[in-house]
Amino acid sequence: MAGKTLYDKLFESHLVRQNEDGSSLIYIDRQVLHEVTSPQAFEGLRLAGRQPWRIDANIATPDHNVPTTERSAGVDQIADPVSRIQVKTLDSNCDEFGILEFKMNDQRQGIVHVMAPEQGAILPGVTAVCGDSHTATLGALGALAHGVGTSEVEHVLATQCLITKKMKNMLVRVDGELGIGVTPKDVVLHVIGVIGTAGGTGYAIEFGGDVFRNMSMEGRMTVCNMAIEAGARVGLVAVDQTTVDYVEGRAFAPKGAQWLQAVEAWKDLVSDTDAEFDEVVVINGAEIEPQVTWGTSPEMVVGVGDQVPNPANETDQVKIDGINRALQYMGLEADQKITDIKLDRVFIGSCTNSRIEDLRDAAKVVEGRKVAENIIQALVVPGSGLVKEQAEKEGLDKIFTDAGLEWREPGCSMCLAMNPDKLGNGEHCASTSNRNFEGRQGFGGRTHLVSPAMAAAAAVAGHFVDVRELIK
Amino acid sequence: MNKFTLHTGIAAPMDRANIDTDMIIPKQFLKSIKRSGFGKNLFDELRYLDEGLPDQECTGRPLNEDFVLNKARYQGTSILLARENFGCGSSREHAPWALEDFGIRSVIAPSFAEIFYNNCFKNGLLPIVLSDETVEQLFKEVAATEGYQLTVDLERQLVVTPAGEEIAFEIDEFRKHCLLNGLDDIGLTLQHADDIRAYEDKRKQQAPWLFGAIK
Repeated sequence: MAGKTLYDKLFESHLVRQNEDGSSLIYIDRQVLHEVTSPQAFEGLRLAGRQPWRIDANIATPDHNVPTTERSAGVDQIADPVSRIQVKTLDSNCDEFGILEFKMNDQRQGIVHVMAPEQGAILPGVTAVCGDSHTATLGALGALAHGVGTSEVEHVLATQCLITKKMKNMLVRVDGELGIGVTPKDVVLHVIGVIGTAGGTGYAIEFGGDVFRNMSMEGRMTVCNMAIEAGARVGLVAVDQTTVDYVEGRAFAPKGAQWLQAVEAWKDLVSDTDAEFDEVVVINGAEIEPQVTWGTSPEMVVGVGDQVPNPANETDQVKIDGINRALQYMGLEADQKITDIKLDRVFIGSCTNSRIEDLRDAAKVVEGRKVAENIIQALVVPGSGLVKEQAEKEGLDKIFTDAGLEWREPGCSMCLAMNPDKLGNGEHCASTSNRNFEGRQGFGGRTHLVSPAMAAAAAVAGHFVDVRELIK
Repeated sequence: MNKFTLHTGIAAPMDRANIDTDMIIPKQFLKSIKRSGFGKNLFDELRYLDEGLPDQECTGRPLNEDFVLNKARYQGTSILLARENFGCGSSREHAPWALEDFGIRSVIAPSFAEIFYNNCFKNGLLPIVLSDETVEQLFKEVAATEGYQLTVDLERQLVVTPAGEEIAFEIDEFRKHCLLNGLDDIGLTLQHADDIRAYEDKRKQQAPWLFGAIK
């Protein structure tokens, strides 16, 4: 019999019940809650007279709606009344049910997928859900984690379980070594370009190979975060010493004798050498260039030295229509050089790229330089209060502000523009976020997804530029 | 939850791939803490020419006359015909809430993004996967005939065209059962509360560090 994949092991070890109709009931160790997708779930519990199954499996923080400008006066200061009500509703729901919440001005507040691993709330071997598709991020710790809708948020609150079906297994192996200036974000954008935005649908993707083995936890989180942009709800990286070192000492991580017991148990959180995957994709890491998306789907991505595609080179009509529509929305010409795309704003942040390493990468590029004159605004939004504190300790905030970038309070910010940070109609933005959908960053806004280093390079150049030219 | 058994209604063609949930319901409308009222902002950026705001009255906003659901022949649409990877992107359940509130009961496409697909079933909305060829055929038929209606028969797992052609589709037994009977998943799962407790006791032995740590 063939060995098991990491996903198989995680799934099987959480199986509560195999139903006759083919569905499975799996146990969920952790749920992370935020203000946008939880109010209706709490309301559902109340209407049905139900209590959460287990309070200590949940952790919450507001992130999507919070302002990133000065906010010391608290929630009442949130200018948008509907945003304010949503944040207040999370506060009152957590208070009512006794769920631990890091409120807006708690230093531990942050973007859910930055806060949860940072606190040790997510550990190797757990199952975790959150009402947010980028929950895939947490798979970087060797945890089975994925996004769910609000009905499932309520279901997990009420039962600690999820009704699900086993996914298929895909291995994305990136061998070799990355070039200088090529980051985890470039790797995952390249992978999405190869397998397509629906290529991972129905699969749990495990990221394997030298490139991921040599990657930091922050980098692995960036990669797993965007598994969903390839259609896969789950991204995974096997547990190794890097994982264990990251977890040790975090607030909710095991201590003492339990720590030793946990580390021993986590050793099995790898795919067996004879495990069989339903699909294997192999990529040579040395061939990956810094990436830039030109269109309105994350699969519309090319290397920075390339050109915007020409629909005349395609044969499939749905694809041709897609390219034409994207060119029109983005205000670009076929065959235009990527480095000729002029930018209006720059956003460094989001659950994809707002961890300390991302900020260090960006700071290195802008240090001693100035934001170009045509850039209306360049934002740096740390992923959590603790990331912010660390960055300030290292003096990164000073580097950014000296160069003309704005240093903000933590939150989701311009990734999806639910708070006041947004693009104007027709503006082009170099963004370290995860989605370049129409209108995502603001009505009529034009998003180009890039790494923090590439966003920083674009900020100082005013247009896209190969970051490798700036860090020689 | 609304039951879904048999439904006949006007079909409208949304002829593009990768329709994402940001497109179905833009983020500014997710600030609501309610589950209803999203229909007027369904496809807001495609449907109206101006920028939509939360709590805004939508009658009187300038309509994009080219948008399929604004065309006279597709008024009253309850079945959407779409291309591959419908519902990709964000997990927001506001997307099926908006479709349902607008009056859509079923979406037919060659493929769906998983979270969206899953969310539909919690809201009495039936996503149907048909082959590329069949979807293409339906697109052609819809375009050719004004007032084109489809019948969706969940019990028999069939889409029936006006010509009487019966097209079979697949669906999980569990999902079909819940949708036909309008069942609430939570109630069903709680019937297995003993199994959940038994698993939990075992889990406490295996991984005691996962209990009582977050407080």
